[in-house]
Amino acid sequence: MAPILFHWSAEDKLAFYHRIADAPVDDVYLGEVVCSKRAPFFEKHYDEVADALTKAGKQVVFSTLAEVMLKRERHMIAGFCALEDFPLEINDSAALWHLNDKFYRVGPLMNVYNEDTMAYLAARGAVHFSLPPELPRDSVAILAAKAKELGATTEVQVFGRLSLALSARCYHARAHGRIKDNCQFVCEQDPDGMPLNTLDNQEFLSVNGIQTLSHSYLNLIGELQDLQDMGVTHFRLSPHTVDMVAVAEIFRAVLDGETNAKDGRAQLDALDIPAPFVNGFWHGQAGHRMIGA
Amino acid sequence: MIRPELVCPAGTPSAMRTAVDAGADAVYCGFQNATNARNFPGLNFTVPELERAVANAHVGGTKVLLALNTFPPAGKVDLWKEAADTGARLGVDAFIVADIGVADYIARKHPDIRLHLSVQAAASTPESIRYYCREFNVKRVVLPRILTVPEIKQMADEIPCEIETFIFGNHGLMVEGRCSLTNYITGLSTNMDGVCSPAAQVEYIKDDAGNLSTRLGEYTIDCFSCNESAGYPTICKGRYLTPAHDGPYYAFEEPISLNLSTLLPDLMKAGVTALKIEGRQRSKAYVKSVVSAYRKAVDSIMAGQDPQISDLLALTEGQKETQGAFKSKTWR
Repeated sequence: MAPILFHWSAEDKLAFYHRIADAPVDDVYLGEVVCSKRAPFFEKHYDEVADALTKAGKQVVFSTLAEVMLKRERHMIAGFCALEDFPLEINDSAALWHLNDKFYRVGPLMNVYNEDTMAYLAARGAVHFSLPPELPRDSVAILAAKAKELGATTEVQVFGRLSLALSARCYHARAHGRIKDNCQFVCEQDPDGMPLNTLDNQEFLSVNGIQTLSHSYLNLIGELQDLQDMGVTHFRLSPHTVDMVAVAEIFRAVLDGETNAKDGRAQLDALDIPAPFVNGFWHGQAGHRMIGA
Repeated sequence: MIRPELVCPAGTPSAMRTAVDAGADAVYCGFQNATNARNFPGLNFTVPELERAVANAHVGGTKVLLALNTFPPAGKVDLWKEAADTGARLGVDAFIVADIGVADYIARKHPDIRLHLSVQAAASTPESIRYYCREFNVKRVVLPRILTVPEIKQMADEIPCEIETFIFGNHGLMVEGRCSLTNYITGLSTNMDGVCSPAAQVEYIKDDAGNLSTRLGEYTIDCFSCNESAGYPTICKGRYLTPAHDGPYYAFEEPISLNLSTLLPDLMKAGVTALKIEGRQRSKAYVKSVVSAYRKAVDSIMAGQDPQISDLLALTEGQKETQGAFKSKTWR
């Protein structure tokens, strides 16, 4: 279960993680990845949540900020990199400076596109690679094999909106006539992101503060067998307000061979997510496309 | 104050000659393939063209910087390595890189050639930049266009390499190297293919009322009424709809150019030692006027005189311009 990308209230996050403790997932990522201003709202709950998840048998991983600019953010990164109790997933190269001789995971917002970059980082502590979602199948296959050779594991996002861009500007604040420093946390109004439609009202993007995501939801349930066959070891679900326990159960059942992909897909359709499913990137095509549905 | 290097775009051999003649201290360019971030039709250099161009530029002491600043997807890294080997053989003065694997290859194979860290690497903190300097002996960082001048000044005190910043030209809104919007619509990736809003998938559609829609792939990016001039459909400069905003609006930014001419003295005082003009896709006439104007401005500042800002402001006449993130945090 990937970190929650959106600005959910502390209450909602607590409720979410208490449910996820019973979901059939192995790893749970905690931490604010998108906006450092949001981080204080949940900090005091990390101990409790990490404890509950660990007791439920989950591997807790802390995921760090994807964009680091300010002093406060630099301190946050230094602090996380000093963490001893939990593995770390890094999402910005600032963390690399701090991680000498320490094991760490590389997040999907880091640019690991090829086997040379992977080998370089693996030789210096990276043990797990969550790959960028725009990578096509053939490249993922090479990277999965390379990781195996290097003794590392690989992860691919299989569910949820696609992160498409980061900016220094907050587009949530902008839509509300504000600026980032005076945002008043308007992003809290959109727990799955703020819809952005074209002028002819075609659904297009989803705004989450400084992050721009797809309107559509990535769904690689039909590709799970292929992913497993090529040696990908971890399958990433990105949290949304839809019943994520149900989503996890469906993916788990297909991974375990208890449900076939077609039935899994039908069960995901039945969750009535208000956006289409896509898998174009995987097939080397435009990301908004759904191939072979 | 160190005399800054004026780094100018060279999309074609003739644009490079123009930039050199107009007073560029350095020019940057790429090969005709995915190894650089302006992999547009009709742009860039063949190997023989670059060979001649390097020789020509070096006659007057102009440096040639080769952009290898995309991210090779797994299985295709040889293309980037060959490009680096070729560049080294032709005598380029520096490589501009973003990918860790590419940086490592050049640092090992061509340790005598300078490495510059591309804006595409999105290194926005002293820690990140120090990492690249320590690991790959990077000599210069091209800063992402997200920092204010005071932040750049502070950065200069904390890093062991030179700083290059963009001062003029197209102003991308997303952090470079971290945007796959084009790939989402078109199937061509900015990071892997060096493509942004490819012309082959652009359409201009006029309706009965005379309104002109600009489209990229299957998505409308903007719509212009008769009295507006239509812009190129770049996703981050389009108009969109959202319930929180009354009517169509530029959700990311207006079609606007970066022009830091009035901040030039401040940037130089802040420790910026290379000033970069964007525009490898621009005409020779554009390159000539922009490079000449900035050449004069930089020379004036170095001579202790006020630069003739009006010349620089005129360059974007009729077009909106911005100082982007550089002027104030309120841009964010």
